[in-house]
Amino acid sequence: MIAVVDYGAGNLVSVKKALDWLGQDCAVTSDPAEVRRARKIVLPGVGHFGSTASLAKSGLQAVISEAITRKVPFLGICVGMQWMFSGSEESPETRGLELFPGTCVRFPQTVKSPHVGWNQLEIAATSRLFRGLPPSPFVYFTHSYHAPLNGTTVASCEYGGKFSAAIERDLLFGVQFHPEKSGETGLKLLANFCAI
Amino acid sequence: MLTKRIIACLDVDDGRVVKGVQFVNLRDAGDPAELAKRHSDSGADEIVLLDISAAHQRRATLLDTVRRTAKQLFIPFTVGGGIRTLQEAASVFSAGADKISINSSALADPTLITQIAERFGSQAVVVAIDAKRHNGSWHAFTHGGRVSANRDAVEWALEAESRGAGEILLTSMDRDGTACGFDCDLTRAIADRLHIPVIASGGAGGAAHFFEIFREGHADAALAASIFHYGISSIGDLKQHLLAQNIPVRWPC
Repeated sequence: MIAVVDYGAGNLVSVKKALDWLGQDCAVTSDPAEVRRARKIVLPGVGHFGSTASLAKSGLQAVISEAITRKVPFLGICVGMQWMFSGSEESPETRGLELFPGTCVRFPQTVKSPHVGWNQLEIAATSRLFRGLPPSPFVYFTHSYHAPLNGTTVASCEYGGKFSAAIERDLLFGVQFHPEKSGETGLKLLANFCAI
Repeated sequence: MLTKRIIACLDVDDGRVVKGVQFVNLRDAGDPAELAKRHSDSGADEIVLLDISAAHQRRATLLDTVRRTAKQLFIPFTVGGGIRTLQEAASVFSAGADKISINSSALADPTLITQIAERFGSQAVVVAIDAKRHNGSWHAFTHGGRVSANRDAVEWALEAESRGAGEILLTSMDRDGTACGFDCDLTRAIADRLHIPVIASGGAGGAAHFFEIFREGHADAALAASIFHYGISSIGDLKQHLLAQNIPVRWPC
């Protein structure tokens, strides 16, 4: 079972719908016991970085950290990816999981924020998430903060400068865009994650 | 580069698409779920479904329509028409919408924008503005364009943004249904003042109009309904036309 973690941030219907479409056994859940039993974990997220604070309070953060040490594949989407970093300017008092170094920052004043719509990626050939996809696919974004580029960046995107659109290391994956809203490209990416 | 979005709109009455539905090879040309899928497959970047019936007893039909449409749609999906409360918005999200669009209810109670944005995020709240030219400026109208809200459209757009709207769906009442082009002056007047995306609507009659609204009107996205059935053979053709004129669009999809 793939656990789609519900921590009260926005709408999780579309992530579940996409996994259902791919024929995956998945459940939207806020129950730590159910997340502990999952063979894969997806942490979606729209909205505010501060909403991830509830993960620590509910005990879900401890369960997720423990699952990650057991090598349970983990995919963070949008704010879910940002949470894998140390933190975000959006909510300096909220700490992330610190699985990846750096802090998420706001887009510069030179571009409209939020960054909403379809933008093109530059993909690293070695990426497992993007296996079988063209080198510059279009995906759908909606966000005001983004993660910096680092050694684990497997897809970068240009908007007021380059930022990390996807990261992966071992069995940890994060995407800033919404694969569940990115048409065939997004479904293929989710299928790749499910197959890991 | 961030691309300009082409959005297909379905006007739905009691569960049936009621405007501009002349696709060939469809089992049922009036079925919103089938049309949405068809538009998505042919390159639409987003689908907007507007319930123009909005009568209370038809609510259940709408939710069923949203559910069926969302099930096979993996691009952004906005639903509007008659959403008056946070609770009604929540039920539309649960049925599978990614964003809701509010118009009359937001003008009647602007705090509704903030309520929905706080619960579902600003990216999920589209404020629709129906604007009509009046003595060199534009007035906002409600109730499908029948009632003047006595508000300046630009000023209302700024307020909607400050209250948490994630996008503005801006319809020119002067151009709507005319097929003589989007209102570039109106769209630019609002797009240049706001930080959130502005979707231009009303007046699309051909590919040249889309080029104009992106180049001259500074729109982030353009929405149309019947053009995708009558004026242009496909969204793919439109996108190739725009690409040839250096307007960035998602193509090939």
